[in-house]
Amino acid sequence: MGRKILFVTTDQQRYDTLGCNGGNIARTPVVDALAASGVRYERAVPQSVVCMPSRSTMLTGQYPTTHGVWMNGVPLPVDAPSVAALLYRAGYRTALVGKPHFEPFLDPFGKFTENVLAVQGRETAENQPWFDGSTGPHRGFEHLEFSTHGGAGNLHYARWLMENHPEAIGMFYQVLDATLEVNAAGGGENGAPQVHVNEMPKEWYHTDWVAERTISWLDSLQADDDWFCWMSFPDPHHPWDPPKDEVGRINWRDVDLPAGYPTTAAERERILDAKPRHWRKWYDGELVSNYEAPKHWVPATLTPDQLREVTALNAVECELIDEALGRVMAAIAARGWGDDVDVIFTTDHGELGGDFGLMFKGPYHVDGLMRLPLIWRPAPSAGLTPSVVSRPVGLVDLAPTFCTIAGLAPAEWMQGKPLPVHDADAVARGIDKALTEWDSELFGVAVYLRTITRDGWVCTAYKPGFVHDGTEGELYNLANDPLQQVNLWEDPAYSSTRSDLVADLWDSQPEAHSPRMPLIAPV
Amino acid sequence: MATLRREIRIHAPASEVWKVVGRPEILHLWFPGLTNCTVDGNVRIIFLGSGMPMPEEIITNDSLQRRFQYRITVPIFKFHLATVDVIDLFDDTCLVVYSTEADPGVMALVIGGATTGALEELRKQFESGVGPALDAVGINSSVAAGGTV
Repeated sequence: MGRKILFVTTDQQRYDTLGCNGGNIARTPVVDALAASGVRYERAVPQSVVCMPSRSTMLTGQYPTTHGVWMNGVPLPVDAPSVAALLYRAGYRTALVGKPHFEPFLDPFGKFTENVLAVQGRETAENQPWFDGSTGPHRGFEHLEFSTHGGAGNLHYARWLMENHPEAIGMFYQVLDATLEVNAAGGGENGAPQVHVNEMPKEWYHTDWVAERTISWLDSLQADDDWFCWMSFPDPHHPWDPPKDEVGRINWRDVDLPAGYPTTAAERERILDAKPRHWRKWYDGELVSNYEAPKHWVPATLTPDQLREVTALNAVECELIDEALGRVMAAIAARGWGDDVDVIFTTDHGELGGDFGLMFKGPYHVDGLMRLPLIWRPAPSAGLTPSVVSRPVGLVDLAPTFCTIAGLAPAEWMQGKPLPVHDADAVARGIDKALTEWDSELFGVAVYLRTITRDGWVCTAYKPGFVHDGTEGELYNLANDPLQQVNLWEDPAYSSTRSDLVADLWDSQPEAHSPRMPLIAPV
Repeated sequence: MATLRREIRIHAPASEVWKVVGRPEILHLWFPGLTNCTVDGNVRIIFLGSGMPMPEEIITNDSLQRRFQYRITVPIFKFHLATVDVIDLFDDTCLVVYSTEADPGVMALVIGGATTGALEELRKQFESGVGPALDAVGINSSVAAGGTV
């Protein structure tokens, strides 16, 4: 019997929303306890700041350039490399419960396996026309139960809600508007976009559903099974519509404005004007370069009270996740597995959360989106000493880490390295940088960024695109400027630093997937 | 309004490829994600894999220019126009261009994004010489695969 793996992901969660990372709004005692007895990473970096590329990186252990999911709406091929498949072949029982998003959700043609499975109400791909037994179950997961941010659609959670609580379907915020754009409609007490009062009881909410379905699957296992379970919470990604009865946990009026929110318009504009042009253009509502932000919302209209309310609701969702995880941990302990389970907690990307006066996400490689919560609580039986790792690591490192936990050699197609267990381990293994990329092409608007995080710097180079000529960039000193408000890209005093980082950035680019896969859906 | 264009080169004569593209009632035989379609006059109804029927108005079916155009007429579209052009490259190959214009713009991608798969399926059938669309129009494998009669 080996070590079992509980892989917990959230969606669009900021680093500073956890108590163990200095957050003081949401109470997250379960994750904090895992951090205290495990390894807490202070500079975990995604390889993409949107869902599909980032989640594909977690599964494949490859950079977006290599696995080919270069933006949301490009599906990961069903036969793409998968660490879950590797574990399955090694004898692990495998499950994915919650949000997958390796394939587009907007799928009127019913083309994508994950949507089809859900439509059919199935929890396994076996005995399906596409299942030939040669690659194991779907993406290596023998058990699949899916949910996303609301009750609409055909995913397993939506079907469960329809069958058991049909009156609740309309209680969620409508994520997309009538034209299928990300909804800009405001709600709550201050009219903030994607905020809504959800009358649903907590027990029907997707956070609890994900935890309960995870526990149900764990209950189906034999005591001596080795298992890998990816428990994937859709929150705290917008919409911010936690169950109404839970909202009172945190009074938005008591919430301080985030440190990254400049309180005057003049200050916001001054900071944004020192960044490449698309920043200010988005703030002013002149250019929405990506689908993931509400097309009809102008960030400059964000009010302090709207931001307070969003921050509070986001924190409520983080608390609900923490409590749900606590129930899963209790179930694991009740099965007698407590000493043999590794828990890895992270998210796919962050949330701007008011930084610079912005919310949501897009081609903006700063801490709000790029500094992620990452906790690895090794199985207590492994006897590792708790630590904090400050060197940059990436989500690309998760797949080889799972292999190491399972006693397997990382596959040759994996591009990351097993996570270091302390900084000296990182130094010894030459782990010193993380790469992040952004490519988007949406109706004639193209944006391309490449970023390196190394030696306390974040450096982003731009390729030519719709509003960029390829000379733009961003350079931030993370120690002196933790909010990334001073762009040193054009500062002659830092030209050698910039040159060194840019050279390393281009020298380190991963192999590109060929042929380039087509964009076939918005998300 | 948004516009989307997908294209593919097929190693088969334009006249043969047009025999498939110009037959609106067999679209489901080469457009993945469609389960069926019916044609009555200039009205075509396609049935999506999700179970949704979608009515369309056939605007153009021009065998001289080898151009087929249709509009989706469900209310979510303020405007939609799809155009499939089969362009002879005069070397027993052709270029098939599938364009989608739509308002709301996102719908161009939701619907038009799937045309990539349709073009790939069309090429696959012609270049392999086998497939339900070829069977439906009676194209034999040697012609489909670029051979001469």
